[in-house]
Amino acid sequence: MTVSSTSHQQEHGRFITVMKDILARPSGRIGLTLVLFHILLALLSPLIAPYDFKLQNSSLMLSPPSSEHWLGADHLGRDILSRTLMGGREALLVTGIATPLAVIWGGFIGILFGLVGGRVDEVLMRIVDAFLSLPWILKMLVLIVTFGTGIGVLIPTLTFFYGIPVIRVARAATHDIIARDFVWAAKARGHSRISIIWRELLPNVLDTLMVEGAMRWSWMLLAFSSLSFLGFGVSPPTPDWGLMISDARGFMSFAPWGVIAPVIGLSSLIIGINLSADALAKALGIDRAQKAPM
Amino acid sequence: MLFMLIRRVLLGGVTVCIVSLIIFAGVEMLPGDACTQFLGEYQADEELLAQCRKDLDLNRPPIDRFAEWTQGAITGDLGLAADGTTKISTIVGDRLKNSLLLAFLAMAVGIPLALFLGVVSGLWRDRLPDIIASTLAIFAMTIPEFVSATLLILVLSVWLGWLPGIVLTSAAAPASEFFPEILLPMIVLSFVMCAHIMRMVRSSVIDVMASDYVQMATLKGVPYWQMVFRHALPNALLPAINVVALTIAWLLGGVVVIEVVFNYPGLGRLMIDSISDRNLPVVQSIALIVASVYVCVNLAADLLTMIANPKLRTMYMRK
Repeated sequence: MTVSSTSHQQEHGRFITVMKDILARPSGRIGLTLVLFHILLALLSPLIAPYDFKLQNSSLMLSPPSSEHWLGADHLGRDILSRTLMGGREALLVTGIATPLAVIWGGFIGILFGLVGGRVDEVLMRIVDAFLSLPWILKMLVLIVTFGTGIGVLIPTLTFFYGIPVIRVARAATHDIIARDFVWAAKARGHSRISIIWRELLPNVLDTLMVEGAMRWSWMLLAFSSLSFLGFGVSPPTPDWGLMISDARGFMSFAPWGVIAPVIGLSSLIIGINLSADALAKALGIDRAQKAPM
Repeated sequence: MLFMLIRRVLLGGVTVCIVSLIIFAGVEMLPGDACTQFLGEYQADEELLAQCRKDLDLNRPPIDRFAEWTQGAITGDLGLAADGTTKISTIVGDRLKNSLLLAFLAMAVGIPLALFLGVVSGLWRDRLPDIIASTLAIFAMTIPEFVSATLLILVLSVWLGWLPGIVLTSAAAPASEFFPEILLPMIVLSFVMCAHIMRMVRSSVIDVMASDYVQMATLKGVPYWQMVFRHALPNALLPAINVVALTIAWLLGGVVVIEVVFNYPGLGRLMIDSISDRNLPVVQSIALIVASVYVCVNLAADLLTMIANPKLRTMYMRK
């Protein structure tokens, strides 16, 4: 990259301003704390989990919380606390890789076609519309059922399908910015095409893409846990909140702790991401409420 | 205006065509076909396989079969399921009816509630009603449907025993038999839907209330409520039409999970079952139906917005 030192410093200064703005908002503070907590937990949980997550003990089956097993045991007699602590690892790993990839490829294509315009752009948008008109769950399940579950299939599938709506957003942002005065000014000053794209367009589109990425992350997590819940996500005995809720649901009337623990884990992470995304959007001056999920 | 209308309808039609092409091509590209699926372990028998492919007409070029499939789909004949005997339109028909029943009930409750809550929290921004409604909305929007559904079953059905937590009525039963079992899935669905629309309406009301013409009206001495109802709300609620459409379209996916949680015999559960059984003809048909619904809902929203907003109408005309 050929970023000059001054623009690098500006970039650095901007990052600090945005961070300060995010942390000045209660939603940003709570959200970032939750997200950081979950990332740390995902990294450290193998060390702090009191029991082996796959250790089955038939005498403990569906036992209520006790001093040895703080959150009780599930239907196979496994320690719920250990499984809940580790239940976000797979989800964070998969969505943590797939989200940036999706934003990068969707953003790239979107900006490119936004700049090219014309017939090609029209055709691409029809294809994007067609993909968006199919529910996410249908598209994903068809691929997963065919190629099998597991990280190797889930990451590319999520990356592909969650990048498609990004195309639309990046294209719209490109159109929006291309028409602004400062781009005209740069053209009038005689800047080259590349320089206009790099110095005027990209920094502005990137703001939109960052917010988009944060929101995509939470939706992807939602999709991942829903897939696990339906039995198409991680394979047992890997601990995962979605799968744990699905397993424990049948015993809910007499062992509700098996459902409540993973529900708290999953909800706190998703709410954390959403609050952070909200604060980021506000700090960057992008109205998030206008968007509905796609 | 008329030109715009025709253009929109044609674009919608083009989208549906591309969808059907994607669906067909996607299923073609998957390894195996209806016959390897149907024969299962017997597919190693070349003779049986050849016979089956001949029976199902699989030897013809894909283009021919695509043409035949789309032709059938337009006239309402979706072909046969993977077992080669059941007609897809009969399987899908009941399920579609049940899903629509659930969706309409959820919309009938969710949309008015969302508009009301959105306006209230927009007008009383950052006060108690807004804080409560907005916090609830964040929970409803962010927490996965299966989590809110499970928690509601736990509280309303298991602990309090007010509503049945699972649907046991069969798919072909008349609509009236789904009460009261349908109430809990309906609550979850309208809860999620309500949250998205409410947030949108709230932000739109806040924008409009801060606009110049509302300030102008206030300065001219227009009474507060008259200003709200005559000047602010018509403008604030207009963008809601599109969000309602997007939310409905998004619910087509979300409803799948809810149907599985409550064992509700709708299109979503049929879809999951067909995907698991690799009943690809049924999957194709459901995909086509759902995509068409999506396109129609969006089209209706665009047209409604255009009709309701004179500014937009002329803007499009100038384009």
